[in-house]
Amino acid sequence: MSKKKIVYDSAKDIPLNAMSVDTMSFNKTGAWRNVRPVIDYENCIDCMICWKFCPDISIYIKDGRPVIDYEYCKGCGICVEECPRKCISLEKEGR
Amino acid sequence: MKQVIMGNHALSYGAMLSRVQVIAAYPITPQTQVVELLSEMCADKRLDAEFVKVESEHSALAACCGSSAVGARSFTATSAQGLALMHEMIHWAVGGRLPIVVGNINRAMGPPWTIWTDQNDSLSQRDTGSLQFYAQGNQEVMDTVIQAFKVCEQVLLPSIIVLDAFTLSHTSEVVDVPDQELVDKYLPPFNPRYILDPKEPHTFGGLTGPDGYFELRYKIEEAIQDAKGLIKETGKEFGELFGRKYGLVEKYKLDDAEIVLVASSTIASTAHVAIDELREEGKKVGLLRVRVFRPFPSEEIRELLIGRKKVAVIDRNISFGHGGIFAQEIKSALFNCENKPPLWGYIAGIGGRDVTVEHIKEIVNDTIQSDKPEKDIIWKGVRV
Repeated sequence: MSKKKIVYDSAKDIPLNAMSVDTMSFNKTGAWRNVRPVIDYENCIDCMICWKFCPDISIYIKDGRPVIDYEYCKGCGICVEECPRKCISLEKEGR
Repeated sequence: MKQVIMGNHALSYGAMLSRVQVIAAYPITPQTQVVELLSEMCADKRLDAEFVKVESEHSALAACCGSSAVGARSFTATSAQGLALMHEMIHWAVGGRLPIVVGNINRAMGPPWTIWTDQNDSLSQRDTGSLQFYAQGNQEVMDTVIQAFKVCEQVLLPSIIVLDAFTLSHTSEVVDVPDQELVDKYLPPFNPRYILDPKEPHTFGGLTGPDGYFELRYKIEEAIQDAKGLIKETGKEFGELFGRKYGLVEKYKLDDAEIVLVASSTIASTAHVAIDELREEGKKVGLLRVRVFRPFPSEEIRELLIGRKKVAVIDRNISFGHGGIFAQEIKSALFNCENKPPLWGYIAGIGGRDVTVEHIKEIVNDTIQSDKPEKDIIWKGVRV
């Protein structure tokens, strides 16, 4: 669900510093990606090192397995670098 | 209780009495004693605060920005190169609306390497939006820390409290240190509305486009203008509680003065003696000491200088390519006024060159003897 940015009419109404009123979840940064990481679940041992290292909180855990959230993943490749089983590969984004 | 305290320690006592909760600092001559004493106060529990040893002045103020953002009253101190290194974070504290108090010992910028006093370091922070107080004595140094927290926590902007290197920082004077109970009556705990808190999560200071930034800056200007009235109010309240009243400026023998000398910091302190001696010679001179430089007391300047015969300003600083900074600011405050007096801008004492009673009398006499200022910048005491 996308949200619009709130712009105020008058300086009187704004808080003293730019302040979030809600999350930034409307900002789907997945669109920024050039390459996407893909997990090979055959070889993945569910160590969750990729989940820990993701700087963008774009890997979540579902049913005990790491899952990349492609809505937000920017394709930085840190999970690929850190995976001890080398079972994450980078594929070109096909758009 | 009256104690003999050096300028640097007066800052420490001010921070202690203000019950600061976080001190993050890096040592630099001639500030070191400020934080040395504060670390002792933390160690022996005279002060219940976290003392954070950081690796640079930039980190010092950054750490204070972090602690202030979670609602902890925060303090740091520095000088010259250290203040310059902190510069980015002064902007951060302003934009982040964080009421941190920064003690700055006015030390001249190197190279050439120096440790003696002039005002260029603090004046280089002029346009950041932080408040600036220039103290002329150690009692004022201590008292100003307490008042600064009270004002800053209402306007939500940082303050820089300035004292001259060695001439004040390392000079001991009698300071009446008030009881903690009395200070507690004057300065309530820091209680900001918005803080970084996982229970009520917010992000502060995020990306803001041209559609929002202008208004946020307008609010900063509103706040620093509000500070003028608040500084006077809290200074008056301080007088009622502690017996010492403070304002934006100090007037000395000004009422019937035809020639006004404008000065700040220890030069102003010395000028009191010069004014007394000139008065004895029958000259109608008075002193206007600028205590608060930001927000600039334009109203007081206009009120106290319009109608005078002549004004001489002593700047212990220079904005290269234009001239003394206090002189420029005063001229700009007077520009649109009728009956503005001619103004002589003197530069003296750069890099710690001594400014004595004799030098100040010479400056006033030079002003009396000339009809109008020949130049924008009049150098006093430099060997050319």
